[in-house]
Amino acid sequence: MRTNRYRWMPALLAAALAGVMAQGAQAADAGATYGAHWKRWQAQVNVADRASLQRGARDFVGYCLGCHSLRYERWSRLGKDLKIPPQVLQKDLIPPGQKPQDYIISPMTADAAKWFGKQPPDLSLIARYRGPNYLYRYLKTFYVDSARPTGVNNLVYPSVAMPDVLSSLEGLKVAVYRTVEVPGPHGTTLKRQVFAHFRQIAPGSMTPAQFDQFVHDTVNFLYYVSDPQRAERHRLGVWVILFLIAFTWLAWLLYREYWKDVR
Amino acid sequence: MSANSPDSSSAAAAPSAKGGLWAWINKRLPVDSFISHELTGYMAPKNFNFWYFFGSLAMLVLVMQIGTGIFLTMYYRPGDAFSSVQFIMREVQWGWLIRYMHSTGASFFFIVVYLHMFRGLLYGSYRQPRELLWVIGMLVYLALMAEAFMGYVLPWGNMSFWGAQVIINLFGTIPWIGPALTQWVRGDYGISRFTLNRLFALHVAAVPIVLLLLVVLHLVALHQVGSNNPDGIEIRERPGPDGKPLDGIPFHPYYTVKDIFGVGVFFILFALVVFFVPTFHGLFLEKANFTPHDPLSTPAEIHPVWYFTPFYAILRAVPSKSGGAFLLLMALVSLILLPWLDRSPVKSIRYKGWMSRLALAVFVVSFVGLGYLGMQPVEPLYVILARVFAIGYFAFFWLMPFYTRWERVKPVPERVVYHAH
Repeated sequence: MRTNRYRWMPALLAAALAGVMAQGAQAADAGATYGAHWKRWQAQVNVADRASLQRGARDFVGYCLGCHSLRYERWSRLGKDLKIPPQVLQKDLIPPGQKPQDYIISPMTADAAKWFGKQPPDLSLIARYRGPNYLYRYLKTFYVDSARPTGVNNLVYPSVAMPDVLSSLEGLKVAVYRTVEVPGPHGTTLKRQVFAHFRQIAPGSMTPAQFDQFVHDTVNFLYYVSDPQRAERHRLGVWVILFLIAFTWLAWLLYREYWKDVR
Repeated sequence: MSANSPDSSSAAAAPSAKGGLWAWINKRLPVDSFISHELTGYMAPKNFNFWYFFGSLAMLVLVMQIGTGIFLTMYYRPGDAFSSVQFIMREVQWGWLIRYMHSTGASFFFIVVYLHMFRGLLYGSYRQPRELLWVIGMLVYLALMAEAFMGYVLPWGNMSFWGAQVIINLFGTIPWIGPALTQWVRGDYGISRFTLNRLFALHVAAVPIVLLLLVVLHLVALHQVGSNNPDGIEIRERPGPDGKPLDGIPFHPYYTVKDIFGVGVFFILFALVVFFVPTFHGLFLEKANFTPHDPLSTPAEIHPVWYFTPFYAILRAVPSKSGGAFLLLMALVSLILLPWLDRSPVKSIRYKGWMSRLALAVFVVSFVGLGYLGMQPVEPLYVILARVFAIGYFAFFWLMPFYTRWERVKPVPERVVYHAH
């Protein structure tokens, strides 16, 4: 069913590929080895960076909420934790018809399973389930693959059902492979294609640095949502431990005092 | 005040001296005599070391688990388990703290219990006359394992579901009655909401009652035979002129103040985890359990939480499932039988020979090694290593009757070794 609905997509992407070939050649020079070490990429998560979280919330509403919910987080909680004024929250983030006390639910209907082959998952806990580095690498390793019904594939999650919704920002890139020889059975060697790097074939509306920041912010936001009291927990924890150290020191003095008598 | 001549136990002899309401109560309830018999008059060896903190700490964690657990049941709903845990974590006032204390408490419970059991291995605390004390302790451990397993299922994440699948299916390896028994335990043809509901009932009511009863019996048995000590000497065999052991000091105040200090150190470590790394990098709360249970999607690797992994590795080290389950059972039975396997003339590792020391070292390496392998995917090298460690684990127990008799032991001193502060 998903193949029917998206049958046009590879053709479109192939046309885009052909149309921007000239620009693509230039972009390829700039970032010939881009993505070669994607398995070592790290997400910059910092729940104390409120500006990043606010940008991430805006980006989530703009690019993710269309399909993905955060069904354990309320808009009001989001506004309070990220210090977003109620008017701004209502005007710029909350979709029409929803109230601040509502949970962050996507307007996507149950038909999504029919369109994509599976229901887009809820993202409340995705950063705890997958980890922020996984999310960062996932969002940055989409590449054009005309064999897929969506026209794109992903290095972190091969054959993923999700289309590359950020391609308007990032542009399009293809995966370049190199051939390596691996030992086969009975002393033979086999040739295998392994991923080498990405080649940009069409620019997006953002520069690579801007897009990188966009992904960091979005992942940081999902990291916050996965455990919203993290910042409060850390703040409180310092005081609890200082108290316990004082308590333990007094207990130590008491213990020494009593045990002076034991010979 | 002299430690060896406490006058506090005389309170029981003359309860009326305090007069009034207190005397009225004591006539009807033996409060003073209980305190003087079990606390101020209970003589403990004066040479307890680091390893003797963990018994009282285990009791502290038990109380903490019951306390936090009661508050969790106020919001947990087995009918909507995964969402209700998120509700506790996000919307209930201090819910996140109570839940993290409970989930961290489960792991800390096993840490202190394993250290407590290791103390027993070190100093021969299971030897005559403490065999029953050890066996009751082992029953506490088994009840704790059941309690922890069922608690792990309650959040109803995907690892909860598949963990329950693996563990409950172990009943299926019992000959003849296995399949029917499994179905009876599950209450359904597969792991379902009915299974979850009964595990909830067992976790919050049945097993805690059994645990508390066993812990009381463990303490009654301890006070009957008296505490062992790092030298493995029976202090009651050397009484002073007042009839009290020469090397004994009243549990209260000496060990109560010492244990309060231990509690402080414990809580610092506990708070570091609860406030800063509550998932402990996936060891205390696993990543795969942050997604709701899904009978159609098996996690890439199913393994239990760290405290069960040594036994899980033994289970997987055997090619046949029923053979693995049998070996798992034997691993626990061997521990229970320990008092009758040790034939050494001395109790403490301090006076045992090199063979006992080597065997204990092999056991510790094997147990930790199995624990590590139980978390790893099944690969040929790991399976071989698991078998080697399983042999190490069992060799410690089943060669014990031989090496403890063959080896040359050191002479045990008359009195405990103690260096005053």
